[in-house]
Amino acid sequence: MERKWEELSPDERQEVLFERWLSPKDHEGNDLKFKSPKAEKAYKERVTRLKDAIQLKKLPDRVPVLPIVGFFYAFYAGFTPKEVMYDYEKAVSAARKYVLELEPDFHMGAIGPGPGKFFDILDYKLYAWPGHGVSPNGTYQCLEKEYMKADEYDALIQDPSNFYSNIYLPRIYGALQAFTAPSLTNVLEIFGLAFNFIPYGLPPVQAAYKALMEAGNEALKWAMAMGAFNEEIAAAGFPAAAVGMAKAPYDTLGDTLRGTRGLMVDIYRQPDKVLKALEVLTPIMINTGAGAAKGAGLPLVFIPLHKGADGFLSDEQFKTFYWPTLRKLLMGLIDEGCIPFLFVEGSYNTRLKVIRDVPKGKTLWSFDTTDMAKAKEMLGDVACIGGNVPIDLLAVGTPEQVKDYTKKLIDTCGKGGGYLMANGVALDEAKPENVKAMIDATKKYGVYK
Amino acid sequence: MAGNLVNALADLKEDEALKIVKDRLNAGEEPLKILEDARKGMEIVGKRFADSEYFIPDLVYSGEILKAVTELVKPKMTKAAESKKLGKVVFGTVAGDIHDIGKDIVAFMLDVNGFEVIDLGVDVPVQKFVDKIKETGAPVVGLSGFLTLAFDSMKQTIEAIKDAGLKNKVKIMIGGGQISEEIRKYTGADAYGKDAMAAVTLAKGWIGGK
Repeated sequence: MERKWEELSPDERQEVLFERWLSPKDHEGNDLKFKSPKAEKAYKERVTRLKDAIQLKKLPDRVPVLPIVGFFYAFYAGFTPKEVMYDYEKAVSAARKYVLELEPDFHMGAIGPGPGKFFDILDYKLYAWPGHGVSPNGTYQCLEKEYMKADEYDALIQDPSNFYSNIYLPRIYGALQAFTAPSLTNVLEIFGLAFNFIPYGLPPVQAAYKALMEAGNEALKWAMAMGAFNEEIAAAGFPAAAVGMAKAPYDTLGDTLRGTRGLMVDIYRQPDKVLKALEVLTPIMINTGAGAAKGAGLPLVFIPLHKGADGFLSDEQFKTFYWPTLRKLLMGLIDEGCIPFLFVEGSYNTRLKVIRDVPKGKTLWSFDTTDMAKAKEMLGDVACIGGNVPIDLLAVGTPEQVKDYTKKLIDTCGKGGGYLMANGVALDEAKPENVKAMIDATKKYGVYK
Repeated sequence: MAGNLVNALADLKEDEALKIVKDRLNAGEEPLKILEDARKGMEIVGKRFADSEYFIPDLVYSGEILKAVTELVKPKMTKAAESKKLGKVVFGTVAGDIHDIGKDIVAFMLDVNGFEVIDLGVDVPVQKFVDKIKETGAPVVGLSGFLTLAFDSMKQTIEAIKDAGLKNKVKIMIGGGQISEEIRKYTGADAYGKDAMAAVTLAKGWIGGK
């Protein structure tokens, strides 16, 4: 008899999620029909390859390769970033072309560009995007501001749901300025009932709800296109790497609530409130990541790390403000059977000793400019590592240079498994022949004998 | 107690620094002398950052304290501060890129190391760099960029500087996010700096050599 999720150990949950990843379903819930027996075999080999690299139990057949792409396939297919943001078919056809022609082991779907019209409908303020604040040929750029004010920690800590819906959302979505979430905890008996609903009769509030519904329609349209692509490309033998995403609580607070500078000053002026807010954000992040991963039947949860890099915090600050809640997030995800997939931007040379405090074979760390020999030495026995193919090399170098770099990485970090080939930071503009060289060199030199 | 403000600022003791400033202003002290001490404190902050004793949050916080000090002192100022500077550096994040944290750190370090930084901000059009170089006669230009699209913006900016006939009058350094020796070659810059201290060393080398 099948046991309930609650009765399974974290190890068993991880196996269940890997099993689901290995045996994908189509959108109707039936077993996915692969294009050919060859495609099915390739799909399963790819997932098994990464599973073995992550779990550190068995030597994989070779080093898996997963280019982390942003707008790369748009450029690759001859579209502008703006085009693939506003035309989902173009996004899908560009991603398809890239995956089928360059044949990476894993892909990140066609979701990278995001739904431009959805952002337009909501008048999203957190980012500039191609054709909206940056040129049609540009990429996303975060518009950092203090969307949460220095004196709003108590509001966030006491009632995060209310803070997000009634204070934060109206600030980050222009169309939701008048938005107010139902306040139904003060609904009592019968006489006063109607008063609580008065706001929903006011035209600006109604306009906000109308925008929400339009945005919902657009989100659905986009998600259908993205889901269909993942299904189609899986049937051709190419698994998606991750669907779920979470963030280190410190990054959530620093990236999109208080801003880099705001948070850096807060750790001096109001450290206790910062710590409390981080604790409040932690379970929210665990649920966000685990929920998406379990829903999609795909164990990896993508976690880009930003503000804990070398230089961004002292050792002491990292150990006080960054790591404790990041570790709680990792443990919370691992408990749910997920594999945290950390995309570590910048360099982490001074953090390696701290982050090795994770259970063996449950995490994947893709690095950017971290010293890879040192990372292998410090983490090799507890976690799968990867990354580091420099984006500047992919942008302006030669295929020969890329091949040499890739081979050197395999020689340095590939030993004994536990290694994933990936680029350092998200790939936008790069020479196609260089990305191909990275993929091909991994297949050639990354085989374990 | 002139030493106190220098140390309070260097040690990032905000409350103490502000109290000293208020006391000294109340005692009728010349505002410029107070600012001079604050500057000395910031110099120590810069040195500690260069020695990896301080990190980015410490720099940012020191800037906040200095801002608060300046706000207290400014209303009492009767004459403008004059400063002797080593030389001018025209500086900014290149076109299409709006990242400012790295740029601000380098500008801060150049400033506390005695350079006059002409900070053009972010997403700076090519022509603005050219115009500013002409206008100020600055011998050093710093181009900052975080995104890969900055590679081409830097290249275009440097080409425009060459086309304006300014190439032999200025030295150009680049830095930020994914900038490397490869990108230096690609853009035609004179040098690339890995971090803020590298920028200071480069600027000192070039301006000192003139």
